[in-house]
Parts: sequence; structure tokens; C-alpha cells
Amino acid sequence: MKGDNDDTSVDCREALHRVYHFLDGELTPERRDQIARHLDRCSPCVEAFGFETEIRRLVADRCRDQVPDELRIRIAVAIDHEHQERSKTGGIVEGAEH
Amino acid sequence: MADQATFAEDTGEFMGSLYSAALRMTRNPADAQDLVQETYLKAYRGYGGFEAGTNLKAWLYRILTNTFINSYRSRKRHPEETELDDVEELYLFRRMGGRDGGIGRSAEEEALAWITDDEVKAALESLPENFRMTVLLADVEGFSYKEIADIMDVPIGTVMSRLHRGRRALEKALHDFGVARGLVAAQQG
Repeated sequence: MKGDNDDTSVDCREALHRVYHFLDGELTPERRDQIARHLDRCSPCVEAFGFETEIRRLVADRCRDQVPDELRIRIAVAIDHEHQERSKTGGIVEGAEH
Repeated sequence: MADQATFAEDTGEFMGSLYSAALRMTRNPADAQDLVQETYLKAYRGYGGFEAGTNLKAWLYRILTNTFINSYRSRKRHPEETELDDVEELYLFRRMGGRDGGIGRSAEEEALAWITDDEVKAALESLPENFRMTVLLADVEGFSYKEIADIMDVPIGTVMSRLHRGRRALEKALHDFGVARGLVAAQQG
């Protein structure tokens, strides 16, 4: 973070400002390299990036819920019913609104 | 064009994540079940129009999101809160000794170990709806900005700003749980 006179370098403020975009893989390759070079020299920023990565993993891992069997059955029955109705009318029902 | 005969087989693997997302959106198991059922039924009806080989998961999430917005949100008459307090970046990290004390890379996982599954879910559910859905699609489901923009039908810039503010607010909510349980010091770091 100090002694950079290369004009493509980024400082801590800039690196931290882009932490989400960096972790999301949504930066241009040039910008991504600039941040990576900063991280090579700045351990406090590496810690911060590591912490944000850990939070991301925590949120992804802990927000999982088991599908109740009841719901699986309900959906299978509903789709089966829909299928029967269509076979009866023999026609194509208009598609879903999405 | 996708074949309806393989619908159940093709879409079955996404039911778990769709149900989890529905729970976060509706914050109510009965509504979440109804929402997922409606999503599958609409998807089944429209499956002929789905282009096989394209992103099936994103297509299902788009139906889920639209169904939620059209049926559940309006039915419940929850006014959408667009206000979200601005939270500084690295909110949680700074309060857990980062940048000053240096928590150390190996301590990162440990530093967050006190957080329970229910607290993570509650923290996410505490965010205003648009922020909650955006953070959920990005951080739980791993969709790209572009995919989220398509799913929610908003510009990419909106996705980015919601993510930015939503993630910071999520960190603050997690921190508040820690403080409430006396596990994290309340003073500013």
C-alpha cells in the first residue's frame, strides 16, 4: 500500500471498495489484476477479503432448508392433475405467465 | 423446446433451493409451500416454451420471483420498504478486531462460529424485500449480476447497489445478534 508509484496500482480504500465485485467475479480482467496485485502486498486487505469470503460462505451454507415430504407430494399430485386435465381436453393450455 | 414428460426429472433437483428461497421471501412455511407449488405448476404449464439447454435454474427462479411479487406481496399488502440505513463497509470485520488487532486468517472461521443457522436466516429475513431477494440470489444461490437482473427484471446497476447495501445491512444484523447474546462487544471497533 505504500511506495507505489506505478500508476495502475490501487490503494486500500479502492481495494476495499471493490471487495464485493472482486469476490463476485464481476470485475474486468485489468481491474481484477490491479486488486490482486494490491493483495499481494497488503496483508490487512487480505484479511478483510478473507473475512468477507467467510461471511459469504456462512450465508450460503446456513440458509438451506429441507423440503417437507408433504410439499413434494403436493407438487407431484398437482402436476399429475394438470396432466390429466390436459389429456382430457386434448388441447394445449396457454403457457405460464412468467 | 423442453419436453413436459421430463419436467419432474429435470426440475426436481431445484426444489430444495426454491423452497429455501420461498421461505426467506414469505417468512412463513405455509406461504412458502404454496409459493413453490404455484411456481412448479406454472413452470410445468410453460415448460414447452422453455428453451432446453438454457439456464433452467434461473428460469425457475424468475417464475418464483414473479409469482411472489404478483401474488404474495400484493396480497399481504406489505408496503415495500425502500429505505435501508447506510452501513459502512466491512462492518462486521471491523467490529471483530479486523484491521486494527488483526484477527488472523485462521481465526476467520472461528470468529463467525457463534452464529447459528437460525440467526443467519433471521438476519437475511430482516432485510427489506428487494435487498433480501437480491442478496439471496447472489450469496445463497450464486447467480451472476446479469442473471439476477433478468430474474428480478431490473437493471444491473440496481442489482449492484442493492447487493452493496444489502450485504452491509446483513453484516450489521449478524453483529446485532452477537451483541444481543453477549458474544460480541457492543463498543465500536
